[in-house]
Amino acid sequence: MKKIEAIIREERLDAVKKALEENSYFGMTVSEVSGRGKQKGIPLQWRAGEYRVDLLPKLKIELVVLDEDVSVAVDAIIRNSRTGEIGDGKIFILPVESVVRVRTGDRDEGAI
Amino acid sequence: MPVSPGDTAWLLLSSAMVMLMTPGLALFYGGMVRRKNLLSTIMMSFVALGLVGVLWVLYGYSLSFGTDNGGFIGGLNFIGLMGVGQEPSAVYATTVPHLAFMIFQAMFAIITVALITGAVVERIKFSSLLVFSALWLTVVYCPVAHWVWGDGGWLLNLGALDFAGGTVVHINAGVSALALVLLLGRRRGFPGQAMEPSNIPLVVLGAGLLWFGWFGFNAGSALTAGGLASSAFVATNISAAMAACTWMVISWLHRRPTVLGTVTGAVVGLVAITPAAGFVEPLAAIPIGGIAAIISYYGMLLLKMKLGMDDSLDVFACHGLGGIWGALATGIFATVTVNAGGADGLLLGNGTQLLKQLVGVVSVGGFAFVATWVLGKLVDVTIGLRVGETEEMVGLDISQHGERAYGGLLR
Repeated sequence: MKKIEAIIREERLDAVKKALEENSYFGMTVSEVSGRGKQKGIPLQWRAGEYRVDLLPKLKIELVVLDEDVSVAVDAIIRNSRTGEIGDGKIFILPVESVVRVRTGDRDEGAI
Repeated sequence: MPVSPGDTAWLLLSSAMVMLMTPGLALFYGGMVRRKNLLSTIMMSFVALGLVGVLWVLYGYSLSFGTDNGGFIGGLNFIGLMGVGQEPSAVYATTVPHLAFMIFQAMFAIITVALITGAVVERIKFSSLLVFSALWLTVVYCPVAHWVWGDGGWLLNLGALDFAGGTVVHINAGVSALALVLLLGRRRGFPGQAMEPSNIPLVVLGAGLLWFGWFGFNAGSALTAGGLASSAFVATNISAAMAACTWMVISWLHRRPTVLGTVTGAVVGLVAITPAAGFVEPLAAIPIGGIAAIISYYGMLLLKMKLGMDDSLDVFACHGLGGIWGALATGIFATVTVNAGGADGLLLGNGTQLLKQLVGVVSVGGFAFVATWVLGKLVDVTIGLRVGETEEMVGLDISQHGERAYGGLLR
């Protein structure tokens, strides 16, 4: 089992969600995060003049999939979140030791 | 003179409207600071309703409007509202109960004290702010109010015009804010670190309440319900509208038409028309408001962005510069056809009026700067003006008030 943590642009969420759903990955956790990478931030305006915000709002999607499903899910995320501009985000793939479904107590593959 | 029900109704309502400006200012300021200082910033304004509301009736009104002492300060004859009752005063607002005039003036003193706080948010110690505010009301506000509006006040006798407080409220607060900034220093991390407004919708709500209340401030300052109040009311609205448009366009030329800039423009327009509202034709508010926005915008750029001066919410740029322009503009655009109690200005060939206005600006500005610096220094060396480093980093909401603006994780 692997956990996919994808940092994406806020405006790409709907497309990414839909693509994952079409590939039968329904469950996910989405959180609002701030971060920075090569994009370095954006200028915002004060009453007069401007200031730079270097932590930008992004969304983090987390989902856990079977090892053999990783490439399909990651491809779906990339296809739907890439714009080609700086700031498209990153995807991290981590090993998962165990999964428990709270309602039933099911474990691991049966709990995904 | 007998009490006029119409005038009394208008002045009492105006007093209530000016009262609402202070919570409005609290939101206007609060929305512009970082989330960790939102409540403390709101509190700094709101507490003036409490502190000044008490001190004003105990002695503030008397020092401002009591029997004149050499043109500089009122006497103690109205102390504790002694002799201030349901009968009109012999000299002030003679068609309304003296109590109504007194409480109208109380609201001006309250908001003036609150205005200063915008310069020192996010780092001043709350207890020190209270001590400073009480001292400032006594040593700076009361004398200046007496000079300009008190019977026998030297600027009033000179013929300097200030319809609703451009000098007493705005120049006074703006220049004092500047002096306090010099004493207190910058916020930790300024400039360089982004200090994002926590809630711009709150700023808009606050600006809306200020605009609404300003009709009481300016049109109420006619002290009668009639033509002059109506003229001041219209001039007030025009100036706010014109300055809002102007600021929007300037920020648009820079990048985008910002909401924060547009509502700031409206407030600056209101500041600038304040001294002039009842002395100029309503349409004079178009140049008055428009030019105010330009002066204030570029003043802000210069002070904050170029010189790195951390007048955090731009009190000097908005109220100091806006007030100075308004006071001078009164000397340019004034006409006795609007107000027989006023004077003609430069455009009608009376250049001396502009000089009188300049005397008002320089004397009030100079006095406010020096006196505020001395008072601030006094507070600093005794109890310290500034919070400690950790308290500032944690934020004043928690370190000064033990509260936070938005609740915890569970809703």
